[in-house]
Amino acid sequence: MEDLTKNNMPDELSEDMKMLDDLTTSEYKWGFVTEIESETVPKGLSEEIVRLISAKKHEPEWMTEWRLKAFRQWKKMEEPHWSNVHYPNIDYQNISYYSAPKKKPELSSIEEVDPELLKTFEKLGIPLNEQKVLAGVAVDAVFDSVSVATTFKETLKEKGIIFCPISEAIQNHPELVKKYLGSVVPYTDNFFASLNSAVFSDGSFVYIPKGVRCPMELSTYFRINAQETGQFERTLIIADEEAYVSYLEGCTAPIRDTNQLHAAVVELIALDNAEVKYSTVQNWYPGDKEGKGGIYNFVTKRGACRGKNSKISWTQVETGSAITWKYPSCILQGDNSIGEFYSVAVTNNYQQADTGTKMIHLGKNTRSTVISKGISAGRSNNSYRGLIRVGKNAEGARNFTQCDSMLMSDKCGANTFPYIEVENDSAKVEHEATTSKVGEDQIFYLNQRGIATEDAVNMIVNGFCKEVFNELPMEFAVEAQKLLAISLEGSVG
Amino acid sequence: MNNLPEFQNTKEWYLSNFKSFEEKVNGESKTFFHELRKKAILKLSELNFPSTHQEEWKYTNVSPILKQNFVPAQIADFSLPAKSEIEKCLFTGFDYHLLVFTNGIFNKELSNISELPSGVYIGNLKNAVLNSPNLVDGYLNKYAEIENAFNALNLIYASDGLAVVIPDNVIVDKPIQLLFINGDYHNLILSQPRNIIVAGKNSHVSLIANYYGSGDKQYFTNAVTEIFAGENSIIDFYKIQNEYDDSFHIEKVQAYQQKASVFNHYNFTFGGGLVRNDINSKLDGENIETHYYGLYLANNKQHIDNHTFVDHVKPYCMSNELYKGILDGSSRGVFNGKIIVRKDAQKTNAYQQNKTILLSKTARVDAKPQLEIFADDVRCTHGATVGHLDDTADFYIRSRGIPEELAKSMLIRAFANDVVEAVKVDAIKEKINHMIFEHLHRVEIVDSEKSQ
Repeated sequence: MEDLTKNNMPDELSEDMKMLDDLTTSEYKWGFVTEIESETVPKGLSEEIVRLISAKKHEPEWMTEWRLKAFRQWKKMEEPHWSNVHYPNIDYQNISYYSAPKKKPELSSIEEVDPELLKTFEKLGIPLNEQKVLAGVAVDAVFDSVSVATTFKETLKEKGIIFCPISEAIQNHPELVKKYLGSVVPYTDNFFASLNSAVFSDGSFVYIPKGVRCPMELSTYFRINAQETGQFERTLIIADEEAYVSYLEGCTAPIRDTNQLHAAVVELIALDNAEVKYSTVQNWYPGDKEGKGGIYNFVTKRGACRGKNSKISWTQVETGSAITWKYPSCILQGDNSIGEFYSVAVTNNYQQADTGTKMIHLGKNTRSTVISKGISAGRSNNSYRGLIRVGKNAEGARNFTQCDSMLMSDKCGANTFPYIEVENDSAKVEHEATTSKVGEDQIFYLNQRGIATEDAVNMIVNGFCKEVFNELPMEFAVEAQKLLAISLEGSVG
Repeated sequence: MNNLPEFQNTKEWYLSNFKSFEEKVNGESKTFFHELRKKAILKLSELNFPSTHQEEWKYTNVSPILKQNFVPAQIADFSLPAKSEIEKCLFTGFDYHLLVFTNGIFNKELSNISELPSGVYIGNLKNAVLNSPNLVDGYLNKYAEIENAFNALNLIYASDGLAVVIPDNVIVDKPIQLLFINGDYHNLILSQPRNIIVAGKNSHVSLIANYYGSGDKQYFTNAVTEIFAGENSIIDFYKIQNEYDDSFHIEKVQAYQQKASVFNHYNFTFGGGLVRNDINSKLDGENIETHYYGLYLANNKQHIDNHTFVDHVKPYCMSNELYKGILDGSSRGVFNGKIIVRKDAQKTNAYQQNKTILLSKTARVDAKPQLEIFADDVRCTHGATVGHLDDTADFYIRSRGIPEELAKSMLIRAFANDVVEAVKVDAIKEKINHMIFEHLHRVEIVDSEKSQ
């Protein structure tokens, strides 16, 4: 018995370990650098830079003022360090806050897009000019920080749907932007949200008018390219009464040596009877085997169910980034509103993830569901941190939370930090968490039936994540499984 | 950090009283114990009282405790409770050794320790330190780290409390009943028992710690209990806390467990206006078992905070935790259950369950179960629920002609039963069942066999 404690695994197991090693050391498949000329402002952050960014984007005065207010707020704030992640200090003055691919001022069709850029997308497996045919997905391609091409605009226009870069929305729909920007994530919210508010370069803006069901899945492919450029995306999605939209966000990034900061802000607003579904597949560069490089993904994502019977649903598959630090949240203000959070977070090598959700129940009969699956391998650290708060007036609030962790090596960590705060006696809150490794008996069972260990583990892990994958739109579900396969299949601890 | 400047005075108040305390314990100024106190003074000057900015104290604001200048019992003249008062507080119906502590100080007249197996020491800490210091020297303040100003404060004035030392291979047949009776008619008392329990190899001991209030003034109990469980030892520790509802109660329990030991901690909280329990175990050996059972009932404006921490250091251990809360009135409950499984602690099984029921509109609860796992071959789960009494069950019972109040009581009893049933001494079980309804001012459910 003594031996077993010292990691003296039986033979079959050590083989599995080897396979695990092979797989968990697999190289980042999607890394490459496109040589494209970037237009970058000088490094550092000051009022001048904020003004410069605003001026470059020909923004109206109110927008510049808003950015400046955010910047002044940011200067007063301190970088938070409460999370369970560790990284070297970020020198905010050593980051260039704006970079845009050089392009012709006006683009009316895809042919005008820089061919280098188009090649990049092809390598990524998203041939832009075929997008129209493919699966009815309209793509608002963000290359670094400026949207260069937007397709399917015409179709959407017919329905009255606004889907455009946020910079364009500031020009063309200032009343909507003014009304909703910062209404869910105010510029005073947190350190990174304030930073983003001051310097955000671009992002997507979606407005679905009353009673419209968006006929296609909207998607944006983010891509970080220019070296040492922080990416500060700003996404604002508004579903007016009775509207429905499903939005997809997906990303891959090239291999880089220096750490890149990404501090995006996503705001969702659902009015009466509206529904917003936001899906993410995130596969940014996680750093190499030694944990060098990789993206810092510090994102503020929050949705407000403002109206009665509204619904916001977050689904995320997080496999990339050196550090993921985000909590897509729902504020359930409207009576009978629903919040959902489905997440798979995979960490490998030296990756760190501190992710989860917040469900703030304010309205009556509000419901929320949280399903979180964490998988850690290598020397990574994976934390679930969540908050369920039921306010005084949230009669009949209901929450179900399940967070499961799977451990794939003896050097990784899996943590859960759920917070439950209930101030109403009619609430029902349930929380469940488990942590375990892939069952040897399960592998044995599958082996017995002639399934190789690698496939068996893949099967088990996929089964583990199934509840979340089921929530993903078709296109993403396929991609998500591929990503999972690269990061983890065959992992047995 | 983050401490309101006014509470700086609280610290100074306690430090300034140390001189008069030192004069009182003149005889022991050379003992190792006194050295520890001096170290604690240094610690206190570095530390601050916890604030809600600290993660571990996020939901518990201790400023009401700091607003009062409590007089350490060691330097106060307080009146002793009558024998009849003591008898009311005891668990009866079985044989036990009795140790009574008034405001944390041992009271020999009221205590009753019958014959003991040879080598067993059951008595008070003061006597142990003075007469046989080697019994406790290696254990005192060894496992309970000073984590905050309250811990430091305890050690500064520590002079008495429980000391139990069981040698190897001894089973103490009778449970040890401890009565901590606190408070006074004249002073605002700070009662600070310092308890130490050392169980040798293959030994077995069971303790029942009973906290009660006395007098008519507000008081503050700040206890620290250190438990050392040697190889193969079994320790059952029951804590039944029934202090005054306007008093303050803080206790830190630190258990250190060696190979194949079993530590069962039962924590029943009824009283106290502001209560904080820290129950920590370090599982430093293989095949250890740790069980925590907790039941807390809060009414009116009570605030009850239970923090548990199970630290799995070595492989093949198992821990199980079940905490239940019933909150009525405008009370507030806090539960924080931390489990850490360290890198080498393979084959660990760790379970935790926390359930809370809110009986009134104005009650509130904050729960934070927390798992930190660094070994891969483990099975760990935790569950937490918050809810109210089941409407369907309530309807079912009432449809059978049972009045509403009684139906509610039945459901409360059923909810609490999981924890109460875990108690191994029937006499305690019965009294606790009674105390549940007494504390919540509800119709009592009496076991059917008993009533017939």
